[in-house]
Amino acid sequence: MKKLFIIFLIVVSSVFLFATGESESGPIMVGVAGPYTGDLTALGVSAARGVQIVVDDLNSKGGVLGRKIKLVIEDEQCEPAQAANVAAKFVGDKVVAVIGHSCSGATRAGMDLYKNENLVVISPSATNPELTSGIYSTFFRTVAPDTSQAKTWVDFLQSKGVRNVAFLHDKGDYGKGLAEYAKEFAQEAGINSVLFEGITPGGLDYSAIVLKISNTKAQAVVFGGYYPEASKLISQIKTQKLDVIFVSGDGVKNPGYLGIAKQDAEGTYVTGPKDVSGLDLAKKARTQYVDKYGEEPGSFFNEGYSAALVLFGAMEKAKSTSSKAVMAALRQNSFDTPIGKISFDKNGDVIGSGFSVYEVKNGKFVEISK
Amino acid sequence: MSFEFFLKVFFGGLTKGSIYALIALGYTMVYGIVKLINFAHGEIYMIGAFTALILIEALTVLNMPFVAIIVCAVLVAMVSAAAYGYSMEKIAYKPVRSAPRLSALISAIGMSLFLQNYVRLAQTSSFLSFPKILPTFQFVEKVSYLNSSQIIIYFFTVIIMIGLTWYVNFTKTGVSMRALSQDRVMAMLMGIKVDKIISITFMIGSAIAALGGILVSAYIGQINFYMGFLAGIKAFVAAVLGGIGNLPGAVLGSFILGFSESFGTIFVSSDYEDVFAFILLILILLFKPSGILGASEKEKV
Repeated sequence: MKKLFIIFLIVVSSVFLFATGESESGPIMVGVAGPYTGDLTALGVSAARGVQIVVDDLNSKGGVLGRKIKLVIEDEQCEPAQAANVAAKFVGDKVVAVIGHSCSGATRAGMDLYKNENLVVISPSATNPELTSGIYSTFFRTVAPDTSQAKTWVDFLQSKGVRNVAFLHDKGDYGKGLAEYAKEFAQEAGINSVLFEGITPGGLDYSAIVLKISNTKAQAVVFGGYYPEASKLISQIKTQKLDVIFVSGDGVKNPGYLGIAKQDAEGTYVTGPKDVSGLDLAKKARTQYVDKYGEEPGSFFNEGYSAALVLFGAMEKAKSTSSKAVMAALRQNSFDTPIGKISFDKNGDVIGSGFSVYEVKNGKFVEISK
Repeated sequence: MSFEFFLKVFFGGLTKGSIYALIALGYTMVYGIVKLINFAHGEIYMIGAFTALILIEALTVLNMPFVAIIVCAVLVAMVSAAAYGYSMEKIAYKPVRSAPRLSALISAIGMSLFLQNYVRLAQTSSFLSFPKILPTFQFVEKVSYLNSSQIIIYFFTVIIMIGLTWYVNFTKTGVSMRALSQDRVMAMLMGIKVDKIISITFMIGSAIAALGGILVSAYIGQINFYMGFLAGIKAFVAAVLGGIGNLPGAVLGSFILGFSESFGTIFVSSDYEDVFAFILLILILLFKPSGILGASEKEKV
């Protein structure tokens, strides 16, 4: 009973603290977390700098809702244990939202606390599919989940009216994972999997497996893996004159694929991140980065920049920094960002960014609209 | 399963087997004569393909006729591979010939790593496109279960097999080779130039491996510095399967391996492609430790 009372007291007081924090007229505190030292530094630094650029920009124009923004940047090296400590610190510092964490594992470590505290979290790079499975109501991300590419494949196959698909993979984590997700989504979409097999990377030739495919009703071959194997596969498919659609992923969307498979690659499809280099906002963000840091931005810079833009954009639209209002604004509006015009679905996954399908035409990857 | 499909699988296996045979012959020849497992043999196969690619690119710039380019490239690649084989033996194996066998084995592994990384640094670590130099024959294209590239691979394998059998059985060098493999000391006493014969063996084995490398590269259309590793291991398995040191054995082992991989992929799963080869190896060695055609080594008293 005494224990319960203490917990009750803590909860009430924390709500009270939170409430007081919100009504303050001082700077808006926002937490930023990721790996800024250690092996995975490259995953976090550019994203955090992206946030910093947006915040500096806004502060020089008077801030958001008439208040300046103050970033609390914490390094957790992508380690879950440290991430949990950082989360506790953020709560203690009374931040109103968190941009981060960079890694999926670290994000999960903090999410339970953030969810209890009802803190909005926007990650620029955590791609684990489970984060947006509905368990974390306050979680959003500006990066497409791991499953997004497999989903893009299946959507594409559906649009082509394919009923039977042969799934191949290179037995590696990346390739096999993709093929497994794709198979799952395909079954949900009513597409039959007529074959699901791994091939040996670097194998002498893949004529036997292509032969096996020719003996099925497959209308499409989906391959999870990298370009050397993909080029061998497609050249075998062409040699054996198989009439199938060949679809693969970003491991194949590489100049090497075009260079090796040459003529055989024509008319095959690969998915890859949407090309944003032509967007005005992306160009502007890049220029800002180069001016400020004197180098080209690294991984997840655009995503970090976008996370900050949507967070403060949502605050402006909600005319409040309360989590409830900000989350509603995030879900109801769309935002112009360096990764395109994006919005969020009910689980926090980004809509309007992610993967596109490219067709190989005249030795080039040409983005095709859905 | 239709008969036509069966034929397709069969010829697919035969193609693989032929390629393995071209590499396995070199393994088994060298083993027969110096009792050394030349792990760098797969690298010679890779170097052969690289040399041919460089020559084809270079000669194309010179605007030579296509057939001349191919013949030139293949011959030069085989000769240069033979030179590699010769130098390899002189540098890495001859100094340790009288040392325990383990030393030579370590030396071979070192040679393999050296050649791999040498090509990686001197050439490239990425995958390169290999031109499809194998001609297409109209009469073959009409047959649904075969293609021209496969015919060419079979053709060369048969030529090499016949040529090598003739060479080993009916020439003076061949007789010396056999003598050397039976008893090195006795052969020396009979006036056989051991160093010369060993060099010739390495050169022939390397040239054949280079031919295999070129055929495979032209067939699959890509090369990489690492391509010799897996092929070398598979060919080694084939050689052991047939009885290492025995020429027909190496060919037999290679075909068994090629068929088991081909049919295994069709009837079971390509996930286990490599597993078949090794299961087969273990099974055969359990019942016949010296390989299918291998002579069991008698302890010399």
